[in-house]
Amino acid sequence: MRALAFRLLQFLLTVWAATVAVFGLMQILPGNAARVAAGLSATAEDVERIEQKFGLDRPLVVQYTDWLGGMLRGDFGVSYVTGAPITPLVVNSIQVTLILVISAMVLALLIALPLGTAAALLRGRGLGTLLSGLSQVGVAIPNFLAGILLVMVFSLGLGWFPSSGWQAPIFGLGGFLSHLVLPVFALALVQAAILTRYVRSAVLEVMREDYLRTARAKGRTAGAALVVHGLRNAAIPVVTVAGVQLATLLIGAVVIEQVFVLPGMGSELVRAVANRDLLTVQAIVMVLVFLVLLLNLIIDLLYSLLDPRVRNAA
Amino acid sequence: MTAPESSLAPAAPEAAPRGRRRSRDLTFPVGVALVLLIVVLALVSLVWTPYDATTPNPVDRLQGGSAAHPMGTDRYGRDTLTWIMMGARITLLVGVVSVGIAMLIGVPLGVLAGMTRMSWLSGLIMRGNDLLLAFPALLLAIVFSAVFGPGAGPAMIAIGIAAIPAFARVARSGTLQIMSREFIAAARTANRSPLQIAIQHVVPNIAGLIIVQASVTFALSVLAEAGLSFLGLGTQPPTPSWGRMLQESQQFLGSRPELAIWPGLFIALAVLGFNLMGDGLRDRLDPTLRGRS
Repeated sequence: MRALAFRLLQFLLTVWAATVAVFGLMQILPGNAARVAAGLSATAEDVERIEQKFGLDRPLVVQYTDWLGGMLRGDFGVSYVTGAPITPLVVNSIQVTLILVISAMVLALLIALPLGTAAALLRGRGLGTLLSGLSQVGVAIPNFLAGILLVMVFSLGLGWFPSSGWQAPIFGLGGFLSHLVLPVFALALVQAAILTRYVRSAVLEVMREDYLRTARAKGRTAGAALVVHGLRNAAIPVVTVAGVQLATLLIGAVVIEQVFVLPGMGSELVRAVANRDLLTVQAIVMVLVFLVLLLNLIIDLLYSLLDPRVRNAA
Repeated sequence: MTAPESSLAPAAPEAAPRGRRRSRDLTFPVGVALVLLIVVLALVSLVWTPYDATTPNPVDRLQGGSAAHPMGTDRYGRDTLTWIMMGARITLLVGVVSVGIAMLIGVPLGVLAGMTRMSWLSGLIMRGNDLLLAFPALLLAIVFSAVFGPGAGPAMIAIGIAAIPAFARVARSGTLQIMSREFIAAARTANRSPLQIAIQHVVPNIAGLIIVQASVTFALSVLAEAGLSFLGLGTQPPTPSWGRMLQESQQFLGSRPELAIWPGLFIALAVLGFNLMGDGLRDRLDPTLRGRS
């Protein structure tokens, strides 16, 4: 219980430090936000007016506490560039991104768990080597390249799925799913390649354990011994890696959304950067960083659930 | 199971059943060959390219592969092979600078965290590390492009900063292992200053780990640069970059897929090369085998 409380406190402190870091990064060039928002031909008075309107002439500490307080109430403020509130934009786009990322991770695990286990069991044989080699190549393919290749084959070539766009599930499940297939596969295939390598080495690791030899000596086949005794132990490092990879997927989604023109956080972030809409950038980056930290926390907790040694040591 | 050339000394009993040596032995040479290919492309492009990279040539636009243009041309009639060669330069430059930044900051921090007896100091360094880990390379690079404007310069710095924690972690855990060895105690008895011990004893002993990390980080920085340029926030025109070539190819996927395939292939080859080189190096520097040589 004390360990849990400590971990939660640590999480909150890191989140707080991250808000300071994100806010600080945006202030590196002083007066930037207002000048950028005012446009290239703006006079000094224009800039000053915008600074006053959005409170950018106040001391930084006041601006920071204002921003932080707003976020705690779920309010990210108003864009200096478009004048629109940022919160609805975040709420709408985060759904798209989360659907994308979670489906991709589930699909990646569905591919990687059997393939990685097979690669470990067949190690040294032709098929096992082929699987390891394929995963090594898959790791080297950036997800946006995978996306482009998938569009070439399954959209432009075979015409099975749309090449871009998004349809919310309330307008029909079929359209929603068909728009989702290619981006999810683009994210998941590369992810599956990475995870396959970890699953393979985790399974190889437990296959060396004495308890598996004992189980086999007592008459179980290698596969059965592994399923009954080994996989739970192999799951521990895989869970850790999958958690870290979820964070990678979240950032990978930024690029994939651009390939498939999906209205997610990534598209909004890139648009905000192009418009030099710094407060919107600040909000989206903070949400992404928060999600990464939250994932790390969840992984840590899962880890201690799976491994009693960690649970008792902590 | 074990390859003959690795059995200079009798194999340690726990090393023998691993049996991964044969397939891994190709890893390092293939990785080095791919990396060399990219390096040669970049070096040759400094003195010679088939065509000028920036001069448009509308007559030859959107051609397929031919003797004159082995990889075809883009929508302005610019030679794709020329762009691939010049793109290798920016890929390597971003990698070298970002790995350099990460190594020069991360390694001293990690060694310091590993050597210091002040637990608050190592705690501070490692917590700072954890915080930085929440900013993946691509995200930090996007933030930098928002603050400083898009470009290869901010990208290299951002990717470098994001990679600091990886180096700091590797350096710290390596240092912790070295610090318990007898020669460190001997150096202390001989009144060597901590700085001398770090430079003369710790760093040479963890250099192998650092080089492996550098190779893997290089692959990640190639990916991050390509992703950033794909978003239009990395390398800016007119400098050729593989990521932007891919982005520009998207309108022509139906008619000229090779415009996407060539830069995509070279991004993948570069990443694969540095990954394989790192894996191969790790294998050769494996601590379970190191004691035998």
